[in-house]
Formats: sequence, structure tokens, C-alpha cells
Amino acid sequence: MEVLIPRGLEEALEWKADHPEAVPIAGGTDLMVDLNFDRSRPEVMIDVSRLSELNTWRREDGNLFLGAGLTYTRALHELPEMRALAQASRSVGSPQIRNRGTIGGNLGTASPAGDAVPVLDAHDGEVVLGAAGDRTRSVSWNEFFLGPKRNAMAPDELILGAQWRDARGPQSFSKVGTRNAMVIAVANLCLVMDEDSRTVRVALGSVGPTVLRSQEAEAFAAEALSRAGAWDDPSAPLPPSDLEGFAERVSGAATPIDDVRGTAGYRRHACRVLAGRALSWALAERVAEAQLA
Amino acid sequence: MLIRVNLNGELREADVWPGASLLFALREDFGVRGSKNACEQGECGSCSVWLDGDLVCACLVLAAQAHEREVRTVESLSGTGEEGLHPVQEAFLEAGAVQCGFCTPGLVVAVADLLDHDPSPSEAAVREALSGNLCRCTGYQKIMDAVSLAAERKRESDW
Repeated sequence: MEVLIPRGLEEALEWKADHPEAVPIAGGTDLMVDLNFDRSRPEVMIDVSRLSELNTWRREDGNLFLGAGLTYTRALHELPEMRALAQASRSVGSPQIRNRGTIGGNLGTASPAGDAVPVLDAHDGEVVLGAAGDRTRSVSWNEFFLGPKRNAMAPDELILGAQWRDARGPQSFSKVGTRNAMVIAVANLCLVMDEDSRTVRVALGSVGPTVLRSQEAEAFAAEALSRAGAWDDPSAPLPPSDLEGFAERVSGAATPIDDVRGTAGYRRHACRVLAGRALSWALAERVAEAQLA
Repeated sequence: MLIRVNLNGELREADVWPGASLLFALREDFGVRGSKNACEQGECGSCSVWLDGDLVCACLVLAAQAHEREVRTVESLSGTGEEGLHPVQEAFLEAGAVQCGFCTPGLVVAVADLLDHDPSPSEAAVREALSGNLCRCTGYQKIMDAVSLAAERKRESDW
């Protein structure tokens, strides 16, 4: 076994090209558990935790770029205005885990329960991949995640980060688990309301082989807001049957399984409850903002 | 592989197995055994240390990742108070926040880290800050009391 410690991103990408089998390790919050319990023993590992090029975030023309090495603690403290991301980050593990775990690790691990993933998906985000020789490519969320713990990275690539366009409007992340800390989601959900495109986007985690979007529910919500005149007048109320119809459709998109964390039936129920709450919070936030203005 | 670590202010070298965790390296290679090994999966916080100033679980850091970095363990806290104890350690003793003691080093490190960032934490902030540290004996109330006591002392004397 060997650990490569590159001094910079360029060197890391060159070494990844030379050792396509090398397993990148960032915060280690998933990988180290496998190593400690001898469930995996990669021949080569590559330490990406000290690549300053990836330990960063930036805004460019309304686009947010999150470097792969950005920890949940930093996302929480430095990007509080990205509310869903901050809420998702806060729900990860414990302070010790948030100080190490990274956005890039969540993408690389590609667990259907990853808490940053619904936020990426609900923003229609992209994953940015890099390879030696200045080659970079962006892969949209729906092409990146292929299945449980499987993603579209090529063996010579490293994850550089994630990016999406800021959405103007309410957003939230919510999660069901057995306690407020140190839980892998039984179900999680991110809702983003985009006032400019007049769309509602909702992503569900831990209830399918990958994080899912519910396009039927999204279209239903956007139409319900139109019917009620709520896109123009935030105080125009939605009939309760529309809130229920939205929640029902979100729940219908889930394809959960029974496992140690919960049953499929409970997960469908959780999706319904989370979806109803998330839409209610978004509508209430719009009313409150309109009153302030 | 050879790693060089600034460990509690001292430059130390050790020849570690490349797949070893920092926790294993600390205990077995460096002989610094204050950080406890319980769950090896980041659940219990008994191995909490500082890596370049950040509170982390040493079991989830690859030892090689600590190469040419600064690691501070619970041992770095001793020697600053009466009888060589850190004010957080004194508060744990006085409040009766120690029973079997296995979780104590990790909790002391986590509390010291909390009070460095937030000298007057609310109860909710304390509970969140300690959410990654498990104790199976005390029921946590006396640990909460110890944090209040330590916070009070810190405000008075700023240790």
C-alpha cells in the first residue's frame, strides 16, 4: 500500500493519470471507516486534502462554484446565504465530521444518502471534473450519479468541485433521522423555488438508488402557483388540496427499499411529510418577504 | 512510510503503515495514548484531536494526511492549571462529569475547542458542539454542568 501526497492540483492530476487505480482521500469520513475495518485496502491512495486549489469557493456571474475540498463547516459558516446548502451542511455528522467531510467527498462517494447531493440536484447543478493536461469537463447532476456509490468519473479524473446558478427565492433542506446529529438520512429533501424561471425543484435522497427529482411534482407545484396567482402575488394562498397533491406526487416519485435505517413505507410517508412542509415553508417565506417589502 | 508531525509542539517522526489512521499512529507509533480508540468510525469522539487547529476524529484521518501538519492531543492541555490540569479537566472533576473515564479525553478536547470559539455557549450550542462525543455512563447532565463551570472560569480568568 502506498499514499501519494501531491503538492498541488497539477501534480495530483498527473499522478492520477499515472495511477488510475489510486483512490483519492479527502476528509476520510467514509474511506477511513472501510480501512479501519479492513473492508477495503487500496493499493494506492492519493491525499487530496491539502490541495489549496480545491479548498475554496467563488462566485462568478451568478454562478456559485464549490471546490471539492470545501468542508461542511466552511460551507456552513462562509455561505449562510446559500440556505439549503448551509442547512444540509449543518445536518452532517458532528462538528468533528463537518470539519473534515467535504462536498467533493460526498460526490465521489455517490451515496444516495449524501446530504449535499439533493442540494446540487435541486439547483440543476453540475460536477466539475479535471484531468492532467488542463482537461476539465462539467457533468450535469443527472448524468453524474449512475447508481448507489457509482458515478461518471473516468479513472484519470479528480473531482474539482460543483457549480450551479444561484436561484432567487425560498429554499430549504430537511432530513429525517433518529437524532439531530450523527445520522445518515432515512430520507432527505431539498426544495428550491426559482422566482425568475417560476419553477419549483425538489430532490429526494436516501429513497432510491440515486438522489431523485420529481418532475411531475415540480410541474404540479409551478402550475398550482400559477392557478392561484401566487407567482405575482405571494400572499395569494394555495388551496390545501394543492399542497397535498404536491406532497403526494413527491412521495410517488420515491423508489425506496427496506433497510436497517427504515422501511420503504416509512420512507414514502417521510417524503410526503417533508415535501408538504418544504412547500409550506417556501410559501410562508414569500408572504413574510412581501409584507416586509 | 515515514511521517513527520508537529505533535503537541514537538517535531516527531514515525514509520507508519500507509493505511494506518492518525489514531493508530498516535497510540502505537508515537506512544501518545490519551486519545482513546473505541469505535474507529467517527461515531464516538473519544479520539478527538486538533489537526491544524481543527477538531477532528483521529480515527478518520489517514496518518499520512498528518505528515508535515500540526497535531494537538489531550496531552497538550495538561500543565496549565493547578496540579497540572487544564481548567476544563478541573471542571470535569469538580462537576463529577467523569465515571469510567473512557470518553473523557475526547470530551475535554471537544469542550476546550468549543470554549475557544464561543466562551459563553448556550445550552443548545453546547449540546450541538458535543453531539459527536458519546458517553455511556454519565447521562450527560454532569458533563453539561462541567461545561458551564469551565465557561464561567474562562470568562473570569481567560486561561
